[in-house]
Amino acid sequence: MLSIKDLHAEVEGKSILNGLNLEIKPGEVHAIMGPNGSGKSTLASVLAGNEAFEVTDGSVDFEGEDLLEMGPDERSHAGLFLAFQYPIEIPGVSNINFLKTAINEKREALGQEPISAKEFLAMVKEKAALVELDNKLANRSVNEGFSGGEKKRNEIFQMAMLEPKLGILDETDSGLDIDALRIVANGVNQLRSPERSFVVVTHYQRLLDYIVPDFVHVLYNGKIVRTGGKELALELEEKGYDWIKKEEDQLA
Amino acid sequence: MASNEEEILREVTDSDYKFGFTTNIDSDKVEKGLNEDIIRLISAKKNEPEWLLEFRLEAFEQWKKMEEPDWAHVNYEKPDFQDIHYYAAPQPKKKLDSLDEVDPELLDTFNKLGISIDEQKRLTGVAVDIVMDSVSVATTFKEKLAELGIIFCSFSEAVQNHPELVRKYMGTIVPKTDNFYAALNSAVFTDGSFAYIPKGVKCPMELSTYFRINEAQTGQFERTLVVADKGSYVSYLEGCTAPMRDENQLHAAVVELVALDDAEIKYSTVQNWYPGDKNGHGGIFNFVTKRGLCERNAKISWTQVETGSAVTWKYPSCVLKGDNSVGEFYSVAVTNNFQQADTGTKMIHIGANTKSTIISKGISAGRSHNSYRGLVKINKNARHARNFSQCDSLLMGDRCGAHTFPYIETENSTAKVEHEATTSKIGEDQIFYCLQRGISEEKAISLIVNGYCKEVLNKLPMEFAVEAQKLLSISLEGSVG
Repeated sequence: MLSIKDLHAEVEGKSILNGLNLEIKPGEVHAIMGPNGSGKSTLASVLAGNEAFEVTDGSVDFEGEDLLEMGPDERSHAGLFLAFQYPIEIPGVSNINFLKTAINEKREALGQEPISAKEFLAMVKEKAALVELDNKLANRSVNEGFSGGEKKRNEIFQMAMLEPKLGILDETDSGLDIDALRIVANGVNQLRSPERSFVVVTHYQRLLDYIVPDFVHVLYNGKIVRTGGKELALELEEKGYDWIKKEEDQLA
Repeated sequence: MASNEEEILREVTDSDYKFGFTTNIDSDKVEKGLNEDIIRLISAKKNEPEWLLEFRLEAFEQWKKMEEPDWAHVNYEKPDFQDIHYYAAPQPKKKLDSLDEVDPELLDTFNKLGISIDEQKRLTGVAVDIVMDSVSVATTFKEKLAELGIIFCSFSEAVQNHPELVRKYMGTIVPKTDNFYAALNSAVFTDGSFAYIPKGVKCPMELSTYFRINEAQTGQFERTLVVADKGSYVSYLEGCTAPMRDENQLHAAVVELVALDDAEIKYSTVQNWYPGDKNGHGGIFNFVTKRGLCERNAKISWTQVETGSAVTWKYPSCVLKGDNSVGEFYSVAVTNNFQQADTGTKMIHIGANTKSTIISKGISAGRSHNSYRGLVKINKNARHARNFSQCDSLLMGDRCGAHTFPYIETENSTAKVEHEATTSKIGEDQIFYCLQRGISEEKAISLIVNGYCKEVLNKLPMEFAVEAQKLLSISLEGSVG
């Protein structure tokens, strides 16, 4: 589904990703871990097409298409979704109107008819329940006045509504208390399917207790330096990142 | 990615003003220039009574002594007042009894604008008094309104058929020598609209006038007078689009509203005159004087969405004379490219317990300058007067300017005046968030801007709100990126 080869990226002249490789098949959940500044969030932003980051080398293939040639909205239409670490507020625009616009833009891009009001409302009801999102939040302005937990739940709600092929969660667990974490993780788990893949960017193993990954990768200095199963996350939780840093720095 | 964005930008910046077309209709035009003879000619052509000619001539005498004001935060080349045609009338072949008799080319013009009169009659129940080049060509729904005693007609017709009403109120709210442009208008106005709502009558439909400047080099001097008698209600819509022109066109309108005891007037404007091209050439100069008077318990609401004109100078105001009267001003002003707008309101509190609300949303893009200028004046007898003002500015890009000039004068210590102001920028992070959800950049800007203006757009009648939203999007195309 997603094939990243030798990806280099920089921001404001500073290189952040230095030859990253990653293969993701349909239905797989990949966790990306690593110390602060290792490039985890940069990877998420680059995949989503954030212009602040410049790709200097490498390639990304998404479902047989050259992802890097696509605009961020086209990537979205193709089925890529990013749950933001810091969801953005849009005052005066209701969540519902925002989502309906998003769904219809995608439908238009795919040559489909706009969604009917009835179908849309039924979908809102069903998907809001996944993350226990209050109906009132659906009618409020996008993320405006939402608590940290509500914002993250709203991200997963949007993901459920847009039904992506690949969901990228950028530190979705940051700032969540244990109950909110469970709700968010539960929502994600219900969206797992043999066709849908996830990239879960996180600092802590905690989230992976709930969203159990098929693979865990450790990012350091803009490269994946370790790959393992879910037990690697436990090992990191126990030993920290220092031993990896030390080994890598010696190699370099 | 980059190439895609460039493509959008190119498409947008190369696209021309969508309503830029002209209609070839024979035109009855007097020669350029302004002098007493021209004024006499206009008055004679319109078969006006003596008192009106005198009104014009007095205004002209005063105007000659007046200086064009320069306190507004706008820069432009002063118009040459001798290089303007002061009168042009489309040539009707005969008096029209129905729309079928209207010049097909004219109807076609309205179709291009998406304002089919027939459609409006059928679907929206809006009575339309169309002003095209200073003279009304068609008026609809008049019979139905007449049943209720409502008068809605062109200003010229009102002068002929209801001279007592026109004479009683004209120039009482905006005196003929109020300011430079009001005096000019008083001297040379050619037509406009007139509405009178009798005592206790709630006007059952929105009264709507579409202004359209069509004749090259014709100064437009419209005059509107709306009188709501005691206990009556009316909602009045004014909307405009103008065809593209290379030379600047001057527009100096006067609008007077009279709300007698317990009456309410809602006055909504969507203004989309040609703003000039992307290099700042051409465009309409819009110098308008709009003012309303509220008697006891009366209410006047001004709602405006201003996207057009090269230079705008406009302060719809309320004189809250009667006790417990209410004035409201809701405004969205958009400037892009080289547009300049200096707009706001004046709320003059004279009566006790008078209340006013000002919500102003300015949006600046390109190299434009957008200024809010507002006066809240509480006179010494205005006990317990209240005002709330909120002035927000939204900036797009880093070459535009937003300015706020609030003036507050209070002579009564029981008054309560509140002023809030914010300035924000459309963030690239907001745009990126929308893009990531699959919403195109143009749509994203439209969503964000409409969200920002929601409080004002909500005040517009439904069908106008839709048009206003479209205009906001068209005006700001390609402003971020």
